Amino acid sequence: MRQDPVLEVEDLHTHFFTRGGVARAVDGVSFSLHRGEILGLVGESGSGKSVTGMSILGLIDPPGRIVSGAVLYRGENLVAAGEKRLRQLRGNRIAMIFQDPMMTLNPVLSVETQMVETVLAHDRVSREQARERAREALARVGIPSPDERLAAYPHQFSGGMRQRVAIAIALLHQPDVIIADEPTTALDVTIQAQILFEVQKLCRETGTALVWITHDLAVVSGLADRVAVMYAGRIVETGTTVEVIDHARHPYTHGLLGSVPSRNKRGEPLAQIPGMTPSLLRLPEGCAFQPRCPRATAACLALPPLSGGDHGWRCFHPQEAAA
Amino acid sequence: MLVFLIRRIAQSAIVVAIMSVLVFTGIFAIGNPIDVLISPEADELERAAAIARLGLDRPLHEQFFAFAGNALSGDLGISFVHGVPAVELVLERFPATLELALLAMIIAVLIGIPLGIWAGLRPDSPAGRIIMAGSILGFSLPTFWVGMLLIMAFAVSLGWLPASGRGETVDVFGIPFSFLTADGLKHMLLPALNLALFKVSLVIRLARAGTREVALQDYVRFARAKGLSPARIVGVHILKNIMIPVVTVLGLEFGSVIAFSVVTESVFAWPGMGKLLIDSILLLDRPVVVAYLLVTVLLFIVINLVVDVLYSLLDPRIRLGGAKA
Amino acid sequence: MTAAAPASAPKVQTPLKRFVVEFFDSRVAVLGLGLLVLVVSSALLAPWIAPQDPYDLSKLDIMSGMLPPGSADMDGNVFWLGSDEQGRDLLSAIIYGLRTSLLVGFSSTAMALAIGLIVGMIAAYVGGSTDATIMRLVDIQLSFPAILIALILLAVLGKGVDKVIIALTAVQWAYYARTVRSAALVERRKEYVEAAQCLALPKQRVVLHHLLPNCLPPLIVVATVQVAHAITLEATLSFLGVGVPVTQPSLGMLIASGFDYMLSGEFWVSVFPGLALLITVVSINLVGDQMRDVLNPRLQH
Repeated sequence: MRQDPVLEVEDLHTHFFTRGGVARAVDGVSFSLHRGEILGLVGESGSGKSVTGMSILGLIDPPGRIVSGAVLYRGENLVAAGEKRLRQLRGNRIAMIFQDPMMTLNPVLSVETQMVETVLAHDRVSREQARERAREALARVGIPSPDERLAAYPHQFSGGMRQRVAIAIALLHQPDVIIADEPTTALDVTIQAQILFEVQKLCRETGTALVWITHDLAVVSGLADRVAVMYAGRIVETGTTVEVIDHARHPYTHGLLGSVPSRNKRGEPLAQIPGMTPSLLRLPEGCAFQPRCPRATAACLALPPLSGGDHGWRCFHPQEAAA
Repeated sequence: MLVFLIRRIAQSAIVVAIMSVLVFTGIFAIGNPIDVLISPEADELERAAAIARLGLDRPLHEQFFAFAGNALSGDLGISFVHGVPAVELVLERFPATLELALLAMIIAVLIGIPLGIWAGLRPDSPAGRIIMAGSILGFSLPTFWVGMLLIMAFAVSLGWLPASGRGETVDVFGIPFSFLTADGLKHMLLPALNLALFKVSLVIRLARAGTREVALQDYVRFARAKGLSPARIVGVHILKNIMIPVVTVLGLEFGSVIAFSVVTESVFAWPGMGKLLIDSILLLDRPVVVAYLLVTVLLFIVINLVVDVLYSLLDPRIRLGGAKA
Repeated sequence: MTAAAPASAPKVQTPLKRFVVEFFDSRVAVLGLGLLVLVVSSALLAPWIAPQDPYDLSKLDIMSGMLPPGSADMDGNVFWLGSDEQGRDLLSAIIYGLRTSLLVGFSSTAMALAIGLIVGMIAAYVGGSTDATIMRLVDIQLSFPAILIALILLAVLGKGVDKVIIALTAVQWAYYARTVRSAALVERRKEYVEAAQCLALPKQRVVLHHLLPNCLPPLIVVATVQVAHAITLEATLSFLGVGVPVTQPSLGMLIASGFDYMLSGEFWVSVFPGLALLITVVSINLVGDQMRDVLNPRLQH
């Protein structure tokens, strides 16, 4: 019933070769994404979720390097692709949105320049046509009087408006995939909700698949079709949003869910995951969560395989499927 | 913008007034020009006549007010040596210095920016290290000595370029310029290169530091994620950002290039106003020194003003005159 | 260090010790320091190491004038770097010239440092209109190129080593005043100064024992670079004919006196003093660069 996935990540390893040693920022990540699907990639800072996003587009700079694995866009392996081919795809078939809207737009170039150059980077159209496309894109993300706003500079926009501009830039070529790296984290909650709603709508309308990278499970639960939870460079649990949120099996996912404040837990102390995120330079042996895990045993000194099927988890002692 | 300009011009007028007092009293103390100007054989009567003619017999404050009054009408006195109005003498030499300084700035930007960006993009590469070492050397080399070495290499040994003078000039609106003739350009090349040396190092440093900072910004990553070519990223996104500090500093340094042309002009016998200043100091020609200084002060003020305006044009975040964006 | 016993207490490192250790981290800086020691010691020991006293006219023989480098005169004295038109050994002239150059560079910097320190401290500590006036003055002075100010001052004062030192001091003090003031203002807001004030320690004690030591690192960095600057500036002024007198030539003077010979191919009279000047300035700059990196990581480029 399903078509082939637009994007597949297979056993991706991205390491950073620093003076202090090798940091395995991404250590065997796999997932796949279908047309129009929204995947929430969840993890704490330092879990490797952003590096995963950058690796897909080949934007890892030294000392970082993709060591092994594959990124398949419609069956084409991007890890093996040359810089020229990657450049054809970036911003065109696979677009990216970054976290801080204050920083992603160049402060000394007008919005028009920054949008038109993106159109012209991939399509041979006249400057006038490119401008028209930019105008349409701004209108689509709900920016009022786009003609005037095109001539403006980024500092003349509010944070939320800037992120809308960034999203409009990502939408210029109607990409197959958008990788959004915490795009709403820096925004006010109300603006965050508006943008979430609109992004969801746009993806549904255009069939664009979305990788939504975030540390916020609450955001993901309202937005994503599927969720992948990352810890220390590995995906520890993955499945449909309902399965992962309501029937979490990995103790780490459990811990994350327990630390989200919600109405029905009011008055109770919030659960905390004991201990600290391990340094990527000195990861514990086996399951990286084992030193902090309440259920850990000697078996956890070996790396647990991904168990389960469509709803998978990397744990020897998963929680029983809760009611 | 208008408010800003008016305020700046008023401030500048005060600076000029203060400077003219300082300059005048300072210069007054320079030796006794009569000893230089009058032949030792002249008798007392001739001496007295000369002193009266030059107004040197009047008390200091009287001399100052006479000077200030004349200065306001653009008259800074007659050169003791050349017998023509000092301002005319300085202004006549000004185009030669200006064209030399401008060419030096252009050379500094054309060499410094590409090298600086290169070193900034690859700070740890051998090329990046060599460029930085070169810029330290450029800071350390004494200008006049380099000028001499240039003459020795290109004029004496190789015989490629002339060692002194302006060469053939072309009059534009009655002002002679060298840069419009091939011969003039040949004459300009060595002195301009010499004058540019220090600024090249400065531009390299600024461009390198700017590039290193800008290259790490999210908007550069975003530009890459948009699929832009490296040429566009470096040539537009990075360059436009680093041009802000480079233009600001270079603009402010333009005054010091004019001042430093004193050295270069002496080495290359370039007939600009720097050479005039040195000659006038050595000959105790007071009015010319005063005229040079006041012209330079005015020039600096104009430069600072132009830099501020340029700065606001380059950086859309800055708007002059309090009109908040 | 060999593997230390785990029980031993952590080694106490004084700031000075750490500074020395970090300084020697860079091979280039060590090279610079080595050259600088060589330059300074040869200047100090000039009378003992120079082959000839270049200013004792009775020792000069016009017959050995303009000898190219490495040639010997009739008595078998070798002129390693050649001689000038009066038969003066250039190596000796350079060693003596270094003395003048270094004397001018270091003493003008020291004097400017002292003046700038006092003025900057007053500006920072008194504040108000005193501060505003002083800083206005500093701004105006710094907006004019050093060479121009020095040139005019020397035109007024006349030639002489002492006058060059005065002119260079006048040119430089403003840098220090500004550096000291900003450093002092930063330090002043820190808690230890407030604490000292709360303890009602006398003002000069707060300034001398608390503010001053903490303002020193940026000042040392600026001063090192300024010494090199002052030496170059002195050479330039002497080249232009307004610096040191002929009787006490500096490197700049030596270079200038060789200018005419250079055009006729007798390069050594200008080139070797120039190289000596270059080595001096580069070595100081290398040391200064490393000091900046070690003393103030924020300034790193």
